[in-house]
Amino acid sequence: MYSFELERPTRLADAVKLLSDSTESLPLGGGQTLIPTLKQRLASPERLVSLAGIAELKGVKTEGGTLTVGGGTPHATVAAEAGAYPALAALAGNIGDPAVRNRGTIGGSLANNDPSACYPAAALASGATLVTDRREIAADDFFQGMFSTALDEGEIITAVRFPIPEAANYQKFEQPASRFALVGVFVAKYPDGVRVAVTGASEEGVFRWSEAETALSADFRAEAVQGLSVPAEGMIGDLHGSKAYRAHLVGVMTKRAVAAAKG
Amino acid sequence: MPKDGGIGASTKRREDVRFLTGAGNYTDDINVRGQAYVHFLRSDVAHGRINGIDTGAAEAMPGVVRIFTGADFEGVGGLPCGWLVTDRFGQPMQEPPHPVLAQGKVRHVGDPICAVVADTLEQARDAAEAIVLDIEELPAVVDMKAALAEGATKVHDDLKSNLCYDWGFVEENREAVDKAIKEAAHVTTLELVNQRLVANPMEPRVAVGEYNRGTGDHTLYTTSQNPHVIRLLMGAFVLGIPEHKLRVVAPDVGGGFGSKIFHYAEEAFCTFAAKACNRPVKWTASRSEAFLSDAQGRDHVTKIELALDKDNNFTAIRTDTLANMGAYLSTFSTSVPTWLHGVLMAGNYKTPLIYVNVRAVFTNTVPVDAYRGAGRPEATFQLERVIDKAARELGVDPIALRRQNFITEFPYATPVAVEYDTGDYVATMDKLEEVADLTGFAARRKASEAKGMLRGLGVNCYIEACGIAPSNLVGQLGARAGLYDAATVRVNATGSISVMVGAHSHGQGHETTFPQVVAEMLGIDASQVEIVHGDTSKIPFGMGTYGSRSLAVCGSAMVRATEKIINKAKKIAAHLMEASEADIELKDGAFSVAGTDKSVAWGDVTLAAYVPHNYPLEDIEPGLEETAFYDPANFTYPSGAYACEVEVDPETGKVTIESFTAVDDFGNIINPMIVDGQVHGGIAQGIGQALLEHCVYDDNGQLQSASYMDYAMPRADDVPFYAVDHSCKTPCTHNPLGVKGCGEAGAIGSPPSVVNAVIDALQSGGKNVTHIDMPLSPSRVWAAMNG
Repeated sequence: MYSFELERPTRLADAVKLLSDSTESLPLGGGQTLIPTLKQRLASPERLVSLAGIAELKGVKTEGGTLTVGGGTPHATVAAEAGAYPALAALAGNIGDPAVRNRGTIGGSLANNDPSACYPAAALASGATLVTDRREIAADDFFQGMFSTALDEGEIITAVRFPIPEAANYQKFEQPASRFALVGVFVAKYPDGVRVAVTGASEEGVFRWSEAETALSADFRAEAVQGLSVPAEGMIGDLHGSKAYRAHLVGVMTKRAVAAAKG
Repeated sequence: MPKDGGIGASTKRREDVRFLTGAGNYTDDINVRGQAYVHFLRSDVAHGRINGIDTGAAEAMPGVVRIFTGADFEGVGGLPCGWLVTDRFGQPMQEPPHPVLAQGKVRHVGDPICAVVADTLEQARDAAEAIVLDIEELPAVVDMKAALAEGATKVHDDLKSNLCYDWGFVEENREAVDKAIKEAAHVTTLELVNQRLVANPMEPRVAVGEYNRGTGDHTLYTTSQNPHVIRLLMGAFVLGIPEHKLRVVAPDVGGGFGSKIFHYAEEAFCTFAAKACNRPVKWTASRSEAFLSDAQGRDHVTKIELALDKDNNFTAIRTDTLANMGAYLSTFSTSVPTWLHGVLMAGNYKTPLIYVNVRAVFTNTVPVDAYRGAGRPEATFQLERVIDKAARELGVDPIALRRQNFITEFPYATPVAVEYDTGDYVATMDKLEEVADLTGFAARRKASEAKGMLRGLGVNCYIEACGIAPSNLVGQLGARAGLYDAATVRVNATGSISVMVGAHSHGQGHETTFPQVVAEMLGIDASQVEIVHGDTSKIPFGMGTYGSRSLAVCGSAMVRATEKIINKAKKIAAHLMEASEADIELKDGAFSVAGTDKSVAWGDVTLAAYVPHNYPLEDIEPGLEETAFYDPANFTYPSGAYACEVEVDPETGKVTIESFTAVDDFGNIINPMIVDGQVHGGIAQGIGQALLEHCVYDDNGQLQSASYMDYAMPRADDVPFYAVDHSCKTPCTHNPLGVKGCGEAGAIGSPPSVVNAVIDALQSGGKNVTHIDMPLSPSRVWAAMNG
């Protein structure tokens, strides 16, 4: 690890200020990706601005049909407190291990946009709104390919607003070593239609499977997606599964998510 | 003898208190005053010529003590290989030099080029980044077949080729085996890969070198399974330090699984640099470094043919194996695919003709050496898989086919040069059928199918050669060391006992089990006995712990030494009671005179030995301490029968182990609970190999599975609750305890039954799949089903 300065602001405004001054800074959420990167000397920021001490970034609350999660909320808190959106709570409770869940945050995960992370599938399938220190971004506009998002430099996710669906479920097929999603499919049924988001599978990162959405919007049963498939082209192929295998799993996991979907 | 502490008692592991409360003393816990830290700059290419190393800027960096390169080790020996294999033409193997730091070329990713010693580790890392390397990348040799092709790039320019040796065993059987296979009623052929694995002990390797310029004494603290072996190899072959000036300490060690047997460059470096820098030098491997520098395991590509007559009796076995050595010969690398593999090819079966051909190959990969089981898992896997395949081809029950061919009379001399002293393979199979409830399988399969899952049952047997090994035999086979062990039993004046043993405990529980043996023999409480191990300055000698040998070899030495103690103590007791030595009996910790009520306590006798006021000084010396060396007369042959039931998800290919039953014959058992634990751990590693673990290099020799993000270790929820039974006991006939060894059995015996079960499941689902190479990951199983 190279030397760096560490700032631990307790107010969001202070964090924003630090991230926009002339010192080269990186925001530090739960550090589940950034800390290992630093330890391998693959990044050398002059300064880290920890978001962990900012109370206004933490918490889960439900208002009307919307569940809002503070950007600095750890996965374990979402698992415990997002009961109004059971599929989201279950997803959070199955990320990594207890140590990861008690450090890693929803904002950090979404800002990193790892192509195998779970949260991007939930945000995209829910049509969530990502609130930052300066604007609101629709999930459909937020994810811009592997490790790439609409966030500007220094922009912090302060909250994520999830419209609560009528029924939803997330099915993760785990990569055997990392237990990230080899393929993860989040299905969410809303009054105006069904949204299906797939993580782990595509070289472009999380994506919506529109063909399945159309079929499921017409008929929300597992049978409705029988026979549908995504093309293997563009899928990730690696040690743990070929492109064809991942494409196949997208279909299987979608069916299972529909079959398991509950309100 | 109270049974809570003697032989057969499931005494709780006394060492766990310190391990589980953070009071252990691991090598990284050792910090020597004034120590500097070393960081190794390692090759990031698999093969390259070193045209230049510029350390100028780096040497000027803050905190740098000294930077070493291969040039600093030109007058120093290389890391030795401990076993000379003679090829099938009578020629010695090709044995390339293995420098401490690379000289001229780098030969695998991770090969150390420079060593930066600095005041802090971060300073050493900073300076390493300032070193300018001029390395001309050369084509990497990764695939073994390509490595042997005409005109292939050579890993070692000075060798004739990338072939280390072409070994045939038993060479005299070659033609007879060919003929038997030609004339067989049926031949089953199986081509398979026994994939490369990374041992991954929880504790990474650490070395601390220290030099006392006042006395000229060197000390190395290291994560080793065998400190005396390291002292021997490093002192005699690498650095030229005589034994009396070199102390090697292996304190608490957090797992080895074979990977900490070998003498590594970092150990020699820290010892060398401590003197060169006149400062203690410490190295602690990161996990990433462990992936690139710990010797790896397995990596065989094999074709096996099993010939049967018209009545399904096995008539011949022929195997053809390529065994990967990696870039250099690690300490015992050459023995693993030969003498620990070929000699086990008979398995539990009376096959009259066997021929094993192994070609060992150099590649631009991390060196390969012994890993839990070492050669025996490779032998067992191919044999038990080909038998299963033969049963399917012949339409016979795989258990019946095994039973029909079992060896049933002992001793049994195999056609591959070993003699099994004892065993009862029918009994273990009978017990397996009972414990695993094989008759209930059909109903369980139905239940699985009702949920849409495919269920399979796989069974296999295994035999292993443990208790390594008779020195005169292994000497003939090329071992450059004896494989006896030693123990000193020191009885203190007040009767407590310290036993200095050559075996090293790094998870095996010796600190609990060895005292159980001594306590049983003397009739005293086990808490009065303590084991001392892991320090060449404290123990007489020892060849260490590997090959499931500790109890069978070192434990036997301990028994012999304790017998000497008893003999001497009886003389003292006889004198104290004014009786004849022949009439003295030792029972429940007291000596008595047969037929009388005279008796003296254990403590009275030990006190007399150290306060010899009333003592037979004309006959015996004061004191009560005895040493014994024990060289085994034969290997021991643990055996067993395993069964695995799996469910396969036909949509995803995911395999779930539903049950696993292990029936082992370990001969006599000291502590059943610890034996259970050893079997559990071994099976977890076997399941890891069967379903999860895979060390993968790309075509350029880059390690793709270089972290836990891609190298899948088995976790608690990957394995079931095991059913373990060791009630079948045929005691070893040639060691005093009748013990055989249990450390590797689980890892040896479990992979074939897992794979056999998956194949059975797929066939039950109408899939014509006869083999899948390990690991049987979901993607591989799915690809096989849809291939």
